[in-house]
Amino acid sequence: MTKTLLEIKDLSRFFTLSKGQVLEAVNGVSFDIHQGETFGLVGESGCGKSTLGRTVVGLYPPTKGKVIFDGIDVAGSKSQTQKMELSRRMQMIFQDPYTSLNPRMKVMDIIAEGIDNHHMAASRSERNQMVLDLLHSVGLDEEHANRYPHEFSGGQRQRVGIARALSVNPDFIVADEPISALDVSIQAQVVNLMKHLQETRNLTYLFIAHDLSMVKYISNRIGVMYLGNLVELASSDELFKNPLHPYTSALLSAIPLPDPKVERNRSRIVLEGNVKSPINLPKNCHFCTRCPKKQAICEREVPELKEVSPGHFVACHLIR
Amino acid sequence: MKKLLEVKNMHVSIHTDSGVIQAVRGVSFDLYESETLAIVGESGSGKSITNKAIMGLLPVGGRIDEGEVILNGRDITHFSEKEMNMIRGAEVSMIFQDPLTSLNPTMTVGDQITEMLMLHKPEMTAEQRKNRALELLDMVGIPNPAERFGQYPHQFSGGMRQRVMISIALACEPRILIADEPTTALDVTIQAQILELMKKLQKKVNTSIIIITHNLGVVSSMADRVVVMYGGRFVECGDLDEVFYQTKHPYTKGLLDSIPNLQLSDQKLYSIPGTPPDLISPPHGCPFAARCERCMKVCEKYQPSEYEFSQTHRASCWLYDERAKGGALI
Repeated sequence: MTKTLLEIKDLSRFFTLSKGQVLEAVNGVSFDIHQGETFGLVGESGCGKSTLGRTVVGLYPPTKGKVIFDGIDVAGSKSQTQKMELSRRMQMIFQDPYTSLNPRMKVMDIIAEGIDNHHMAASRSERNQMVLDLLHSVGLDEEHANRYPHEFSGGQRQRVGIARALSVNPDFIVADEPISALDVSIQAQVVNLMKHLQETRNLTYLFIAHDLSMVKYISNRIGVMYLGNLVELASSDELFKNPLHPYTSALLSAIPLPDPKVERNRSRIVLEGNVKSPINLPKNCHFCTRCPKKQAICEREVPELKEVSPGHFVACHLIR
Repeated sequence: MKKLLEVKNMHVSIHTDSGVIQAVRGVSFDLYESETLAIVGESGSGKSITNKAIMGLLPVGGRIDEGEVILNGRDITHFSEKEMNMIRGAEVSMIFQDPLTSLNPTMTVGDQITEMLMLHKPEMTAEQRKNRALELLDMVGIPNPAERFGQYPHQFSGGMRQRVMISIALACEPRILIADEPTTALDVTIQAQILELMKKLQKKVNTSIIIITHNLGVVSSMADRVVVMYGGRFVECGDLDEVFYQTKHPYTKGLLDSIPNLQLSDQKLYSIPGTPPDLISPPHGCPFAARCERCMKVCEKYQPSEYEFSQTHRASCWLYDERAKGGALI
């Protein structure tokens, strides 16, 4: 049995808006992430997947529930040393490599910021050598160290973002849509790089994305979110072979496949309507407004996430 | 089938402060009646600029250096702004990636649709225009058109805004609809809705569609024919199946291989090494040479000519020159 690195327990994160309105971005989500695995989190915009990722690394305090990283409560009170150690061990890679790098800093200093803050280098030359090694490991050259972010292409910037996250030798990385802003041929490069780094550095990833085919390729297990709830969780092969939640089925069926013969013979589940607003949600299955299999109970009660076969969880009234 | 649009040897440059970007360097293609043509490429491949040049919508500093655009037998390459205004919307319409920035935030949706009719169908009365607008909103699947008519773009979701864009574009039943990444900003389930809608409306209005995209899944679900571009140049074109199953150009092949296949698991994902060329000083030879696994000496120096594999299938790659001696096995 692999070790559980991260436990998310009944995690909620609400945002209070004006006029007493509450936006329930994440509502009662629980799952574990094992050491060395990639956990993929998918869902459409507004489903709360990014908020979840940010709450996990402590960028937002949870409204309810807990995030336990290797036995430590991420939001709990800690000494300064514990805080530093936690921030070293958990890192994040952001979606937009254009806005997540400081345009006025050289790549050398961007990558070295973590090394400096955590006093990981004994001397200036050791620090610089560490940065150069990191640049090599993400496929960039030494000469790139003295350049500014605007001198790089999107894919190269994302490599800088990865090098920055790796600089403090983390155990766990939350990658929030790391490839969405990149071109197809560059996406594959970055995903392969992340896989390679995972193997060589024994990293654990929470990989957040909306592109299901890439998520399937990189993840061991996948969680599907809809309006703040986790609706299905399974190993990535199982999820694609045997999706149980009507939303997961619709999501999988909506992906156009790059294979004309398959596309011609495919019957697609096209969902009606849009995602509801996540403000002041009723207590029921949030998918019921778009669900092709809706029944009376779906409008009344919140379905619970149940294990229907080993490792396969689903939150749907129709599945028993 | 009747040829609606012909683009011949298009060259477009964009003059900027940091130099002259040679965005498109010799691209030709035709569009036939009621077909869907996909133009595929990554950012910087020149796919959007080519279509903006057709519409006379090049950014500041952009100009067509060479080449012709023939629409229904007329050369419209050097039409004035006034002449283009009569074509845009009436004969050729365009929808863009981001429906929020391409709709006017200060005008109601209804006014934006009737504006199009006012320009191109001056004979219609205000009431006829309004009725037509309501009919269009209903046709693109916007529930409750009468109420929605008086609302502003910010009151619509992303998918609904794209539907509004489509209704404006189709208001005058143009012969050609150019869709520039129409679903890139949308979620997958909404993307599926919009693609279905475009297919349905194409049959109803009998429009030809040029869809510009980097998503090969969208291509295979929508297109009849495909043109692949890279670094401002033509790479490969052919019927959908020819390009996907008898791929000739190493770039097209690399692109297809770098998408994970949902049906297979544990495959190794291929990635094309390197980055696209800088178009301020574009390479002399094949633009893909620096990233191509099968690059030969000639590729770096001379731009390859086009080789024909069938009446419809062509690729621009030296591997298919008879002097390349059986190198053409990819």
